[in-house]
Amino acid sequence: MTVVTGRALVLDEPLSLWGGMDPGTGRLIDPHHPQRGAVVTGRVVVMRSGKGSSSSASILAESVRAGTAPAAFLLAEPDLILEIGSAVAEELYGIRVPVHVITEERARRIADGAELRIGPRGGLGRSQVSGPSRTRSSR
Amino acid sequence: MLAGSHGAGTAFAMRLVVRAAKATGAARLIDITGAHVDSCLYHGKATMDFVDRLADGEARVSVPTTLNVGALDLLHPELYRGDRRTATAGRKLMNRYRALGARPTYTCAPYQLVDARPALGAQVAWGESNAIAFCNSVLGARTNRYGDFLDIGAAITGRVPDAGLHRTEERRATLVLRLADDVPAALRDSDVLFPVLGIVLGRRAGSSVAVIDGLARGQSEDRLKALGAAAASSGSVAMFHVTGSTPEAASLDDALQRRPPEAVELIRLADLRAARDELSTTSGERLAAVALGTPHASLAELERYAVMLGGRRVHDDVECLVSTGRDVMATAAERGITERLREAGVELLVDTCSYVAPTLRASSGPVMTDSGKWAYYAPGNIGAAVVFGSTAECIRSAVAGRVVLDLEPWGGA
Repeated sequence: MTVVTGRALVLDEPLSLWGGMDPGTGRLIDPHHPQRGAVVTGRVVVMRSGKGSSSSASILAESVRAGTAPAAFLLAEPDLILEIGSAVAEELYGIRVPVHVITEERARRIADGAELRIGPRGGLGRSQVSGPSRTRSSR
Repeated sequence: MLAGSHGAGTAFAMRLVVRAAKATGAARLIDITGAHVDSCLYHGKATMDFVDRLADGEARVSVPTTLNVGALDLLHPELYRGDRRTATAGRKLMNRYRALGARPTYTCAPYQLVDARPALGAQVAWGESNAIAFCNSVLGARTNRYGDFLDIGAAITGRVPDAGLHRTEERRATLVLRLADDVPAALRDSDVLFPVLGIVLGRRAGSSVAVIDGLARGQSEDRLKALGAAAASSGSVAMFHVTGSTPEAASLDDALQRRPPEAVELIRLADLRAARDELSTTSGERLAAVALGTPHASLAELERYAVMLGGRRVHDDVECLVSTGRDVMATAAERGITERLREAGVELLVDTCSYVAPTLRASSGPVMTDSGKWAYYAPGNIGAAVVFGSTAECIRSAVAGRVVLDLEPWGGA
């Protein structure tokens, strides 16, 4: 179990990975999403919840295989689909993309672009987010 | 199973089910009587690596299992216009799932198959967002949103976590969405309302259970299908109620399980018009293709298209593609419906969908569709410019060779 670090990518709206992210490039392709064009690779994706297609688990696993996956997800609601995608990727490729649930309040305090460090025991509801800087932004 | 007494593949499947149980906080696992598996659609090598791991571990499904759409139409492979390697991989993946013991239905609407419809209250594990919404809401059978991998994991183990929508209390509507008085009667009784209302439902409900109040009783399965498919695209809706039309909502009070709602919101005509407009990414009269049958067209819908065409032909410059399931198509063929459609210049696609597989000649569009789900996903998936309209508008436009809209039910705007 390792510590995961990455810059936050705070999504203004929930994202369906299937139809919403190209696993070949890690780029957001959902034309309905306000952050279309952003790249999730290596970022800690912060969003309220997952949404939409049940194929998102496959897209997550494929992005892990292709090396375009986010470093982690921080969600305000549990998302079984991302959780399972992450579990399968770990079984197949030995790479872990943690999916943690944090309170909505906490999620709101994370600034886009902030460097995040997620502790090794950050299970559901117990993720350890430290030092979200408010001074950096990628947008 | 975890220890490997049923083989390494089953143990892997069980690890996923147990992981899901932990994630959902379930105290126990329950048995299921059926499954619908979405994992057979190729999304890259990871999806193949996964099924190889199951097959190498000698896993088999333990309950009756239907399969969702795959990457191509196995009955009409010539319709595939994409990369050959992806087609080969897509076909191989579909066959791999069949070899695990699943039934090769390859449809996103397994609820249209008489012998695959779970009964009211049955515990099942379904994948495919529209099918999940339909299963819970319209059939009253019980499933959570089982994504890729977990759907087949449940089908192999025959177990799911006892959580979420498997439990009666979680099926209670917490949000009431009431159609406002300014929604015209003509729109309330129009097919075109349902995909648009679904988009609004998904946005407002997110992943919670809502009840829609204010529609006439006894809405058809096809309308509820369109509603749920759109809601499961714009939101994470796995279940909704429609007062007087869905089995757990004979009354508003039933849907609420006799408790007060957390919120009551109005849906006004302006909200519906805004959602409708958002589904179109282009305007103007130019039309390259018409895509119908998302989710897969039912027998009644196929017949309706034929009746609406009424002997007229699709314009030579327009490609009209209807997606349906192979079993529904077989029944339609017996009744002469497919012949009528083909004679009118309509192309039929099975086993896949026109926004999943590269099948449209002019995929960049403009493509007209009557599906909220197609309109929602096609721009991102196949790069199509979309015009959303009712089924009647789509057929009329296909014949005319240009986009013909009818704003009458919308109060003229």
